Amino acid sequence: MRKQMKRILTMAAAVAVMIVLGGCTGNTGEETVQPESNLTVESNTTEGSTTTAENTDKTIQEGEAVYGGSIVVGIQNDLDSLDPHLAGSAGTSEVLFNIFEGLVKPNSEGELIPAVASDYKISEDGMCYTFTLRDQVKFHNGEPVTIEDVIYSVKRCAGMLEDQTEPLVSAYSVIAEIRTPDEKTIELVLSEADTELIGYLTEAILPEGYENQASAPIGCGPFRFVSYAPQQSFVMERFEEYWGERPYLDRVEFRIAANTDSAMMELKAGTIDIYPYLTSDQANELSGQYEILIGTSNLVQALFLNNAAEPFQDVRVRQALCYAIDAQEIMDMVADGYGTEIGSNMFPAFGKYYKDLSEYYSVDLNKAKELLAQAGYPNGFEMTITVPSNYQFHIDTAQVIVEQLKQIGVNAKIELVEWASWYSDVYRGREFQSTIVGLDADLAPKALLKRYGSEVKNNFIGFSDSEYDTVLEEALRTVDDQIKVNNYHRLQEILTEQAASVFIQDAAVLIALNPELGGYTFYPVYVQDMSQVYYRK
Amino acid sequence: METIETAAETRNIKKKTYPIKKVKNPTLTIGLILVAFLLLMMLGGLLFSPYRAEQMNKKEKFLAPCFTHLMGTDNFGRDIFTRVQKGMGMTVLIALSVTGIGAFLGTILGAVTGYYGGWLDEILMRLNDMLAAFPGILLALVFISVLGNGKYNIILALGIIFIPSYARIVRGEFLRLREADYVKSAKLMGASDFRIMWVHILPNGLPALLSALTVGFNNAVLAEAGMSYLGIGVQPPDASLGRMLSEAQGYLFSAPWYALCPGLVIILLILGFSFISEGITGR
Repeated sequence: MRKQMKRILTMAAAVAVMIVLGGCTGNTGEETVQPESNLTVESNTTEGSTTTAENTDKTIQEGEAVYGGSIVVGIQNDLDSLDPHLAGSAGTSEVLFNIFEGLVKPNSEGELIPAVASDYKISEDGMCYTFTLRDQVKFHNGEPVTIEDVIYSVKRCAGMLEDQTEPLVSAYSVIAEIRTPDEKTIELVLSEADTELIGYLTEAILPEGYENQASAPIGCGPFRFVSYAPQQSFVMERFEEYWGERPYLDRVEFRIAANTDSAMMELKAGTIDIYPYLTSDQANELSGQYEILIGTSNLVQALFLNNAAEPFQDVRVRQALCYAIDAQEIMDMVADGYGTEIGSNMFPAFGKYYKDLSEYYSVDLNKAKELLAQAGYPNGFEMTITVPSNYQFHIDTAQVIVEQLKQIGVNAKIELVEWASWYSDVYRGREFQSTIVGLDADLAPKALLKRYGSEVKNNFIGFSDSEYDTVLEEALRTVDDQIKVNNYHRLQEILTEQAASVFIQDAAVLIALNPELGGYTFYPVYVQDMSQVYYRK
Repeated sequence: METIETAAETRNIKKKTYPIKKVKNPTLTIGLILVAFLLLMMLGGLLFSPYRAEQMNKKEKFLAPCFTHLMGTDNFGRDIFTRVQKGMGMTVLIALSVTGIGAFLGTILGAVTGYYGGWLDEILMRLNDMLAAFPGILLALVFISVLGNGKYNIILALGIIFIPSYARIVRGEFLRLREADYVKSAKLMGASDFRIMWVHILPNGLPALLSALTVGFNNAVLAEAGMSYLGIGVQPPDASLGRMLSEAQGYLFSAPWYALCPGLVIILLILGFSFISEGITGR
């Protein structure tokens, strides 16, 4: 009897401990590797750049940048590959951005600036790209970057090496020929006009014939690889022979936090200096201890509807959902009102290509019910929302949506799946009814629109519209920027009118920054640039 | 004939002495009071509640416990008290089903192996040992990865995992009782194996099984909480105690009541059932 009493007490104590220490036990069940894809929850900003600008002003006043020091950056997902051409997830490229450089690279304004190439030119017909290579660029192993290395890297991406069958980067498949007029010049000749390929030429330049990229990567970026422990950390240090501006920090460790909660414990303890994926509640909680920066994620967060599955084959049903779901309420509930409402598959960072359609479906429950009745569902229907379980933000969004849909009689059920099975079943296998994720884009707006062509492999929602296909083809072919802009606007309109999915928001990103640090820069693409971060004097 | 009566008599005596013990038994009383209190709270939620468990309110996020929200509100402005009521219902339902499946199959397995013995016993009990040798939660995780997520799968997975503990206890009782005089005479009288097992032996093994059931129920509550805490099991926006703990862990410092309330209910529930089990076995 005493023994059993002891057991009870131990059990009770265990539960108590579980409650108190809840935060530090990782959600091991949910932890997943993010394999490939251009899908993520968070990244960075243009709107936020105003915030950053203010912050930088402040930092200059408060203290000058000093060289030296090391920091720890919390990241959300394990890296899927250290080989930059094989790495697919945005969570991986945000880290590898510091190690590798391509012919060009994005700057914080979203423009492409020359990197390994010192200059580039695109012919007027969009058929030929000419690059002049920069002198004095060195790989981390001390070897200079030669034109052979560049050719090798481009060929590797384009799948033109002997043992390759498919391009590693699909956008490279338009490259027909690589010419080298002289030692410092390289010309890429395309099989069809493509003015947006330049956005993909940020792919890393690698040393020719080096086999160990996946275990000991060598690039020519501002930091060099030191060590990587799966599910734990990725460490890099300053590359002294970098051609550009010398990075301030000696050493940066990316620490992989199983989830936001365990990261939160580390933040509280002060062992993480930068953490870019806070929820609004966590940001409030940390605001005294850390500097909080606000940016936008540059992701299209949407309730993606499988257009090929019952009952979403019917455009009226999809429209009904658009009328029923209130994006503003979602933002209020999940992110304290941060975020930008969007109405189509693009976000404001794309400037002139972006068309604001967020007002197209204003909340109108009666209209939603009417549409459902017309479509033959006067009493609503049952549906399943599949959500990757490692993204609390999407899970929270799903819960709000479930409530909103109840108002029009649609009974939604949430199904949590691991990232790996989400990727294989939902994204690749298209076996789903609806799902919530964020889609990101490279620097090319076409990345967001091309995916909805009827025959495109990435078109995981199975959207199909003949006008869309025609306009898309024209937009991709043209080299005239105005036509391109018009067509892209039209494409966004079609997606909205046809209610391809319920587009929700470009979510806000809240970043915790150690107040001793400065120089954190927001990018309109998904990267964590550590070369500009410094300790203040 | 006589021996059968003895068997029946033993049962009767037990029945008679039970209530007297109950009154004298403070552990059992405390346990019953605790459990009754919680069950009332749970049932009250089913009958009447000013809020729906999923009802969100953006103006009332993270309210501390007050009169309108007895346990405060969560990050969606949902009433935690209502969710605890609902969640406890879900947790208890799952725990009951798990205990039911485990006890039912475990009893059959234990009875057959304990009664017949021999090679059947060897094979089944070794399989049983194999199942028992794995850490429960880990095994459940494997089941879930095969079966998929969801509360019914959790019930099935946990139910299977709980079989060995019941099988062992029942087998032990059967081993002990199959040599009893009244069993022998029943055999002589030509009673079928089935009748001997279920009518003669099982009722006499019941006390042991009963206390195993309450302990098992506790373990099932904890297992459900653990699984839901890990994000498998009950899916949002449904509430269960474990699910609520898992959702609350991000707000431990900003809204401690969010985690404390469901946690407290788990503790009380476990304590209550432990006391009952203690009361049944202890004298």
